[in-house]
Amino acid sequence: MIQEKKSKKGAFIALVCVVVLLLLSIVLENTLDPIKNTTFFTVLRKGAVYALVASSMNLLNGFTGLFSLGQAGFMLVGAYTYAILTIPSASRESVYYLYGGSVVNFSLPELFGGGAFGLIFGVLLALILAGLVAAGVAWLIGLPVLRLKSDYLAIATLGFAEIIRAVLQWDKLGPVTNGANALKSFPTFSSFNLPGLRLSIFMAFLLAAICIAVILLLINSSYGRAFKAIREDEIAAEAMGINLAKHKRLSFCISSFFAGVGGGMFAMFANQAQAKTFTTAMTYEILLIVVIGGIGSISGSCIASFLYVAASEWWLRFLDTEMYIGTFKVPLLRNGFRMVVFSVVIMIVVLFFRKGIMGDKELPDLLRKRKAKAAGREGAK
Amino acid sequence: MLKIDDLRVNYGGIEAVKGIDFEVPEGKIVTLIGANGAGKSTILRTIAGLVKPATGRIRLQAEDITALSPDRIVSKGITLVPEGRHVFPDLTVLENLKIGAYLRTDSLDHDLEWVYSLFPRLKERSWQAAGTLSGGEQQMLAVGRALMSRPKLMMMDEPSLGLAPLVVKDIFSIIKKINDQGVTILLIEQNANMALHTADLAYVLETGRITLSGTGEELLRNEAVKKAYLG
Repeated sequence: MIQEKKSKKGAFIALVCVVVLLLLSIVLENTLDPIKNTTFFTVLRKGAVYALVASSMNLLNGFTGLFSLGQAGFMLVGAYTYAILTIPSASRESVYYLYGGSVVNFSLPELFGGGAFGLIFGVLLALILAGLVAAGVAWLIGLPVLRLKSDYLAIATLGFAEIIRAVLQWDKLGPVTNGANALKSFPTFSSFNLPGLRLSIFMAFLLAAICIAVILLLINSSYGRAFKAIREDEIAAEAMGINLAKHKRLSFCISSFFAGVGGGMFAMFANQAQAKTFTTAMTYEILLIVVIGGIGSISGSCIASFLYVAASEWWLRFLDTEMYIGTFKVPLLRNGFRMVVFSVVIMIVVLFFRKGIMGDKELPDLLRKRKAKAAGREGAK
Repeated sequence: MLKIDDLRVNYGGIEAVKGIDFEVPEGKIVTLIGANGAGKSTILRTIAGLVKPATGRIRLQAEDITALSPDRIVSKGITLVPEGRHVFPDLTVLENLKIGAYLRTDSLDHDLEWVYSLFPRLKERSWQAAGTLSGGEQQMLAVGRALMSRPKLMMMDEPSLGLAPLVVKDIFSIIKKINDQGVTILLIEQNANMALHTADLAYVLETGRITLSGTGEELLRNEAVKKAYLG
């Protein structure tokens, strides 16, 4: 009972933190100079998107113990679904110029009557549909793939992600997917800016926070317990009456749903959706975030995603540009060296810091532990 | 309560169980004893639905439950305490217990109290990760977890495996206590001495066949059993 109260308190503290973060995002975006801080703002937006995708991957890899590498594929499905459903009718001709227009001739924001109302509901519905389509694809892929275990599952999902990418670039599907060309001019985070009040970062944070909250609720429900049981011991889980196939499929589809929503948000962040950006390398980036943050910790995934995005987009950028000190050319610094450094980081993490930043703890757990320690010390006195 | 007719099970191409019939009467402790590889575990796994039988029927109170899925069988009131305990190591003791009641939707408070009263040690450690418990405590947790599904029949696979003799004694006295409270128990054991002293009814299994049956006391006095299993 006492413990339950405490975890409620923890949830309350977390909620307050999230609200503060959301308010802070509005304040930051409207007080800092947007031109000088472009990189910082990019990091915040991309970090929010990656936090969601990393959390969805953690749900599958960390909590259910299914090692899947299909995340980029499901993001791609989500991004395309979102883009195809929201490109304004007026822009369709110019976006699909190679195919003489698109076969999908409606746009969700316009169906809702346009304006601010149409924008909000159109975008929300498109994101939800993006998730649902990704989940549907996951369900189909899951039928054969979820019979596999560990590395085999990873290889199979990786393969399917590549197949999805190839199919969406297929020329015959051009009138729907625009072939290998980018989809653009759909509503992005900046579309939510009001005159005099910029809300693009706030929107990214809000959407990510809602989705991550749903993932957290799921993990703390009895379904979440069943997922963890499957991760820990399949034999015992089955003997306790947990239907393995059903729960694995559920976890796979839910994870893909949020990867799909994350993909839609990634399109909003990048202002365009193109199949060639959703490569295996993207899955590895997300896997890196999950591992650094701690496998089995959602707060770890969130923290690590901002750290990772900041490092790759901002702090470590200098590694990719040639640098001269006086006339001395610093060795090794050239295009691509950043990825070498990242590879070394992941090796160090895997070898020496297996638990990542958070292990399998969440932020409220850390608070609780400190309190328990303090109480213990007082008791000792 | 549980009736098994002509059960045959193939396991990896080998016929592990070669046509057995036996019965578990309601409210009793029944034990299957036999050497390694006699097919004891296979029988329990088949009843639990984890392995599909080649032929034969398994009936629970006249209802055919042969080849139902494991979750359906658990919801019918049969639960298995797997060999080697198989607790969920990174989950807390309480979470382990709650997973035992996964298929139930009613309130668990009453049963949690019941399990904690049977195993006061688990209550003390309810917030500890199950992997940090001692072997005996883990066995208690595995039994408690199985009880959380409120079974009519609890099947136990080698509960004494790898435990100190004193702990084994504790476990068996608790098995008796659980049985007194109305749970039928089907137990398989290599520790034949302990099992036969506890059981109301016993079957001796040899390479997939039942060769002897009787009350626990009868088998304890049986010369062949003495020679083969009691030493």
